[in-house]
Amino acid sequence: MKDIWVAGFTAAVIIAIVLLVAGTPSLKASDQPSATNAAVNIDNFVFGPQTITVPVGATVTWTNKDDIPHTSVSTDGVFKSKVLDTDEKFSYTFTKAGTYLYYCTIHPKMTGKVVVQ
Amino acid sequence: MRDKNKDLIDQKLQDLNNDGVDRRGFLKCMAWAGTGLVWTMSGGIPSSRAFAKTAHRSGGNGGDFSFVQISDSHIGFNKPANPDVTATLQVAINKINAMPDKPDFIIHTGDLSQLSKPSEFDTLDQVLKGASAKQIYFVPGEHDMLTDNGEQYLQRYGKGTKGNGWYSFDQKGVHFVGLVNVANLKAGGMGSLGHEQLEWLEDDLKGRSASTPIVLFAHIPLWTIYPDWGWGTDDSEQALSYVKRFGSVTVLNGHIHQIMQKIEGKVSFHTAMSTAFPQPAPGSAPSAGPLKVPADQLQRVLGITDVNYLVSGRSLAVVDSPLGNSDPSTAESGGSTGAR
Repeated sequence: MKDIWVAGFTAAVIIAIVLLVAGTPSLKASDQPSATNAAVNIDNFVFGPQTITVPVGATVTWTNKDDIPHTSVSTDGVFKSKVLDTDEKFSYTFTKAGTYLYYCTIHPKMTGKVVVQ
Repeated sequence: MRDKNKDLIDQKLQDLNNDGVDRRGFLKCMAWAGTGLVWTMSGGIPSSRAFAKTAHRSGGNGGDFSFVQISDSHIGFNKPANPDVTATLQVAINKINAMPDKPDFIIHTGDLSQLSKPSEFDTLDQVLKGASAKQIYFVPGEHDMLTDNGEQYLQRYGKGTKGNGWYSFDQKGVHFVGLVNVANLKAGGMGSLGHEQLEWLEDDLKGRSASTPIVLFAHIPLWTIYPDWGWGTDDSEQALSYVKRFGSVTVLNGHIHQIMQKIEGKVSFHTAMSTAFPQPAPGSAPSAGPLKVPADQLQRVLGITDVNYLVSGRSLAVVDSPLGNSDPSTAESGGSTGAR
């Protein structure tokens, strides 16, 4: 019984690693505080994933995939990207645990959340 | 769909006419296929017509003045939806210059630039310099205030304005108010005018006769078109409450890169096409991003808006017209005969 659980767990970890290495959307992986680096894609006027959970010390990188400029700005003023044109990136390293709400100052309907554990 | 809309407008006109007020030539045009909009003001009552060969100031009373609205030039944008936005702005200016009745001035309802870059503003200035109308009134779009809280915009286009660039002026008895609803936007919200500007607006309108025709213009629509995409202004109700007592109010906006019209009481709302690229109809696409159309059709969905004001005719005529030549059927169905 225990062996099966361990095997299953190991498989899950391997799958997660494979997913990360393959560069597929880190949707599943980023739900858990595992990677020290995480990605948020801005696509079709949406931050994806909208909520991302990372460990303390993780660096989150936003990439604008739209034809329209966006920003990623913390509502509490913790971080503030410059204007990101198409394919431009912005990174921020979270050194303190907490919940960080952010939005696009150009299109304020676009909101997202980073949970740092 | 167009016929349905037209019927709706006709019905509204009927309703309005039943109140005994002379509103001949009220807003009537549903120029969905247009690229420009001609507004004819007659006694402060808006009506519209196609900006085609027939787009003369009509009615025999002569127009006291006319102006053209252009919007969303996005100079600097170079993506597939329109790789040459400078060229299409130039086409718009050429079209304005070729109008049989020269407009007295131009209103640009924002998003002059794509990224608020000095070089983009320079290019815009260069193209606008070629316009026959020398007076151009601006309000900023969110793309014009990206980097420096709009400092550069204010220096270039907002001299003598209040706050983030709001102001008013009078033209032959019509009171124009340029509003800014793209600054200090709050997370999760839409466009915003803010307390200071609203106070100023209330004060600006105070003491004016209710018979004064009012034209409000701002970048983001001052009526809620589609909240999911932020196509509205959170505190516009407050602003509109100040103009309720006036007999004729016309609201001109941009931002959504397509024509939308609505009449509510004595207030008529209108959004203009972009000179750069079209955007999808509300909810018809996953997002409000640029709509890619075949290159040979692009100029049909870009355009300008021409407005004529006729004091004696008691109407304001608005005509949207596309940059590209539309075939006669498009011109006919897309236009209207609202001007008197």
